[in-house]
Amino acid sequence: MANKHVRLTFTPQLVQEPVIYNMGHQFKVITSIRMAAVDQSVGWVVLELEGEEDEIERALEWTRSKGVRVDEPTLGDVVEG
Amino acid sequence: MTFSRALRCRECGREYELKPIFSCEYCFGPLEVAYDYDGIHAAISRDSIERGPKTLWRYAELLPCDPAYKVDLGDGYTPLIKADRLAKAIGLDTLWVKNDTVNPTWSFKDRVVSVAIAKAREFGFSAIACASTGNLANSVSAHAAAAGMDCFVFIPDDLEQGKVVGSGIYNPTLVTVRGSYDDVNRLCTELSMEHPWAFVNINVRPYYAEGSRTLGFEVAEQLGWRAPDHIVAPMASGSMYTKIWKGLQEFHKVGLIDEPHTRMSGAQAEGCSPISTAYAHDTLNFVPQKPNTIARSLAIGNPADGYYALKQMQDTGGGAEMVTDDEVVEGIKLLAETEGIFAETAGGVTIGCLKKLVASGFIKRGEETVAIISGGGLKTVEAVADHLEEPLHVTPNAAAFNEAMRARQASLVGAGA
Repeated sequence: MANKHVRLTFTPQLVQEPVIYNMGHQFKVITSIRMAAVDQSVGWVVLELEGEEDEIERALEWTRSKGVRVDEPTLGDVVEG
Repeated sequence: MTFSRALRCRECGREYELKPIFSCEYCFGPLEVAYDYDGIHAAISRDSIERGPKTLWRYAELLPCDPAYKVDLGDGYTPLIKADRLAKAIGLDTLWVKNDTVNPTWSFKDRVVSVAIAKAREFGFSAIACASTGNLANSVSAHAAAAGMDCFVFIPDDLEQGKVVGSGIYNPTLVTVRGSYDDVNRLCTELSMEHPWAFVNINVRPYYAEGSRTLGFEVAEQLGWRAPDHIVAPMASGSMYTKIWKGLQEFHKVGLIDEPHTRMSGAQAEGCSPISTAYAHDTLNFVPQKPNTIARSLAIGNPADGYYALKQMQDTGGGAEMVTDDEVVEGIKLLAETEGIFAETAGGVTIGCLKKLVASGFIKRGEETVAIISGGGLKTVEAVADHLEEPLHVTPNAAAFNEAMRARQASLVGAGA
């Protein structure tokens, strides 16, 4: 079993879609929300995913295909100026 | 000795031992160093600091590491210059330029790396690493060389030659990475978990970031132990911008200055402006961007401290601006032509945004302002090379020179100059 932390950013159009619920139903991954916020212009979630590594990657690829931005690492870019 | 006592989660407040860790295991929030301020208050005074070395290590009691492990190339304590000609050009009564272009590797990154490498040595790491588009790589490579540590530097494979040489000369293991910016971020995070290295802005990030507070300490000390009305600083991850303010608040906490009421404003380039865009939309939640700007040292699309930077703007009554790449070049030239300081692109961003903030009335003429100039211009010559006055080409005799001068003056008159 693998464990991955990602940050998902949702545009306003996607905020009302149950993306994380659907992810948990369509793929064999356990989702756990650690931090989140939503306002009029954007929503974001820091998510822990548990499952087989391939299954997590498939789930994230599906999430990207829905138009959700997926960032690893969750704390921001590590390539600095 | 050090007065750092714990790492504290900035979100939930949980505390952890001082270890090479960077995020809270409960909420995944970022960790920050917590200090024993009473102990610092008792240990230092204006006088003791003034007797210290002419580097950032004069503030050793306020740093999160044992100074016995320091690798000091002469980092920090850079000049604070009264910029009267620039002030007049943009419409301010009093402007100061904090000239961090004169650090050992010509950028403010020497401040954060100086602290990170001391802490890495204290933890017992024998290797240090970073992922960078220039300034950070230069500084880590230089400090690792001086410390005799193994050094691994990851850079994008399309970097300008000057920046590659600026790290390569110190002989680190230099790795160019093929792939998108996001790929490089992902790879380096993965490597930081696999290898026993001190990755300066990942596993030792809480300590590394503290080095930027010295900018706030120095500004206050150099102004005669007081805080200015306004500070304008460039923002990439937002870390330096937030740490300057933390530094000013801490100076007050330990009894060195009166309570600061400085308005803190941040500067970004339009091509990578997640924080300034969120400020313009009046939200604390930024949307990550794909960077596309000549200000590569500020090209962080998903800024770690973006939320905290936006919060700080609210708390201090500061704001944020952004400038186009053309305005970046104009800003670099304006600073050079009025104050004799050649800044890299980030400096052009700061001056361009400062100019806009004054022009819009957000910064009032009478506000005593400090502009943070974070890196030297020789690192990014290609940004301005094609925007300079052509030299006069003459044969070696006075008549040729005089004729060339006449032609130049005529062309200036013709252009309405």
